[in-house]
Amino acid sequence: MMDFLTLIQVLDSTVRLATPLLLACLAGLFSERAGIFDIGLEGKMLMAAFFSAAVAATTGNVWLGLLAGIASSLVLAGLHGLASITFRGNQLISGVAINFLAAGMTVLIAQDWFQQGGRTPSLISGGRFEPITLPFANAVEGVPVLGPIYSELLSGHSILVYLAFLAVPATAWILFGTRFGLRLRAVGENPAAVDTAGVSVVGLRYAAVMICGLLCGIAGAYLATALQAGFVKDMTAGRGFIALAALIFAKWRPWHALGACLLFGLLQAVALRFQNIELGSIVIPVQFMDALPYILTVVILAGFVGKAIPPKAGGEPYVKER
Amino acid sequence: MTAPAIELKGISKAFGPVQANKDISIRVSPGTIHGIIGENGAGKSTLMSILYGFYKADKGEIWIHGKRTEIPDSQAAIAAGIGMVFQHFKLVENFTVLENIILGAEDGGLLKPSLSKARKTLQELAREYELNVDPDARIDEIGVGMQQRVEILKALYRQADILILDEPTGVLTPSEADQLFRILDRLRAEGKTIILITHKLREIMEYTDTVSVMRRGQMTATVKTAETNPEHLAELMVGRKVLLRVDKVPAAPGKPILEIENLNVVDEAGVARVKNLNLTVRAGEIVGIAGVAGNGQSELLEVLGGMREGQGTIRLNGNPLPLSGKGSDARARRASHVAHVPEDRQREGLIMDFHAWENVAFGYHHASEYQSGLLMNNAALRADTEAKMEKFDVRPPDPWLAAKNFSGGNQQKIVVAREIERNPDLLLIGQPTRGVDIGAIEFIHKQIVELRDQGKAVLLVSVELEEILSLSDRVAVMFDGMIMGERPADQTDEKELGLLMAGVAGEAA
Repeated sequence: MMDFLTLIQVLDSTVRLATPLLLACLAGLFSERAGIFDIGLEGKMLMAAFFSAAVAATTGNVWLGLLAGIASSLVLAGLHGLASITFRGNQLISGVAINFLAAGMTVLIAQDWFQQGGRTPSLISGGRFEPITLPFANAVEGVPVLGPIYSELLSGHSILVYLAFLAVPATAWILFGTRFGLRLRAVGENPAAVDTAGVSVVGLRYAAVMICGLLCGIAGAYLATALQAGFVKDMTAGRGFIALAALIFAKWRPWHALGACLLFGLLQAVALRFQNIELGSIVIPVQFMDALPYILTVVILAGFVGKAIPPKAGGEPYVKER
Repeated sequence: MTAPAIELKGISKAFGPVQANKDISIRVSPGTIHGIIGENGAGKSTLMSILYGFYKADKGEIWIHGKRTEIPDSQAAIAAGIGMVFQHFKLVENFTVLENIILGAEDGGLLKPSLSKARKTLQELAREYELNVDPDARIDEIGVGMQQRVEILKALYRQADILILDEPTGVLTPSEADQLFRILDRLRAEGKTIILITHKLREIMEYTDTVSVMRRGQMTATVKTAETNPEHLAELMVGRKVLLRVDKVPAAPGKPILEIENLNVVDEAGVARVKNLNLTVRAGEIVGIAGVAGNGQSELLEVLGGMREGQGTIRLNGNPLPLSGKGSDARARRASHVAHVPEDRQREGLIMDFHAWENVAFGYHHASEYQSGLLMNNAALRADTEAKMEKFDVRPPDPWLAAKNFSGGNQQKIVVAREIERNPDLLLIGQPTRGVDIGAIEFIHKQIVELRDQGKAVLLVSVELEEILSLSDRVAVMFDGMIMGERPADQTDEKELGLLMAGVAGEAA
């Protein structure tokens, strides 16, 4: 049986694993709400993961690493913007290209710089985001139930985890409480309405794509400098796509995105924690547990989402009609 | 004399080889309703898009209230006091009315203060111009008439004093159109200048002070409305004399061709679209179905044309036609001499990327004269297309041109030629002249009347009341899937039909 402490530990690991999903999901939310589909979340995260780890390993400063990660992700975001906004190309193809580009370039550059088989050196203290211990976390550890919840579950995460969770209300506020959010949502639904109202469609869409790049950059840096200690090949492991699945599951709404990402994070945490599960004579192999999040993604998306209506102008380059 | 509200001097604009506007000059006096009339493709919309900053003119000057003004984008147009109500509304459907109104004209970074200020302003505007809308309703929950008001309010909220309306009545019922013109009158009384773009002569004659006529990218005349008449305007538009009435002798109805008994149609969403409908169309008569779009006329046509299943009884020349399963498809219908000109020619009547000659074959591609062993006899088909194009005056008469490269009127002529030339017993024809210019309307109407005079039955569905009244011998009005009443066309008028269309029962009307 699973005891209380195990439960807390699984939930704790859920929070850690949900963080990159959440950041990427919100990144996709900004982009897609503005009408730019982005299947390149994965590539941007991967690129950011590599550059943050590489710079952090070289300089020993994790903050410089974070900046480098964000910068590299922004470059790819700009590329996606150029292809899909300025040149009105196919957004899916541009996204696929970015994923390929990131998968290949990260390993290539890593090998060239570090000669460790396409990985960066392991990050030591200073090159990683360390856990933050919330006030009184140690003092209340002994309190039954609430103690472990506070000291294990809520305390002891890196700053990026807290940042990711704060990004949820921030996103909701920006989208639904500000002028920028109103215009952003409008440009994803009917860019002609924005254009005739005298607002630049191109400007708004670039802004959205850049915010997407920023958040993907943070997500990637988190993977390499907080969740793990360094970059390894393909370390995003499909998280960009799970984030997209979560985005659809959440129907492009910030608070729902939080719920969806926590659910997918929980699935990953369970898979990590319980490897071979023995049910009487049958042993459920670890591979099945590892595949579980992906299987459930398919099941959930196929059966439980209901009708998810994407932003109406999503995927369509804006051309003024005659 | 005050300066004109708008003065355009020598505006020219070309799209590639097409000269959309050629050296256009126009003066619009403040506080008037100025009509701009012309056929599709005459360049009206291009000219207004230049005025609203959507396109940049290649040549020419824009003067607003006596001041030379550059309008490089919509923002500049708004700043110059110009508001535009497009034919296809530019609204965000899942936003509220209020959100749509402030979009782009917010007062600061935060929404709340902008929204509450707009709410107040909206109440004032509603009082001033009788423009009542629920500010918290979502756009996709209100009707097109209301949506149009939102567009007008959007312009007024931006303090426009020049309002351009592009084909504003295309989507409105007669009573909604009347309301719109009452609002426009009110706006004119308050000193606003209004430009009304339309192809409807009646609206020009009834509501405008001055009218400019455009033809093939040029401004052919600007006259005082009081000093002209519809025939003269039509001639200026088309470049030749046009018959505005449909010229026909009284019908001589014969035996019933189409008999519909207790027809019911339920759509994909489970909504009843046609309810217990009974209707007979006789040989040698045109029966027109009037009604606001969406009251079951489309579904009725689709069932009859074999594009949709239904329940009930339909007889053609006394023989029952299957309404579901085998023998109820479009091919079977055509085999039993039912021809169908669908309502939406670009989606259901033609394949826009295919050549004209291929489009002429569709639906009849099994015909023996188009076959040559296992292959299609394309040469015969092209020769046939050329013959049809000549007979129907399709321009340009080129079988190799893709359907999308013909004008709306010529596209429709291709469809009508394909269907009528098969000599059907029954012609189903939906919105025969939607988006079709006056010259082509005259021609298509003549073809329909000729078919009738040969003793064929015609079932016409149109949202244009004028067309229903002038073309039909008998009018049936559909509302909510039912026939609200039938009238001989020469014993009714727009007012009576308008009431029936709104669902007011026959006796009360």
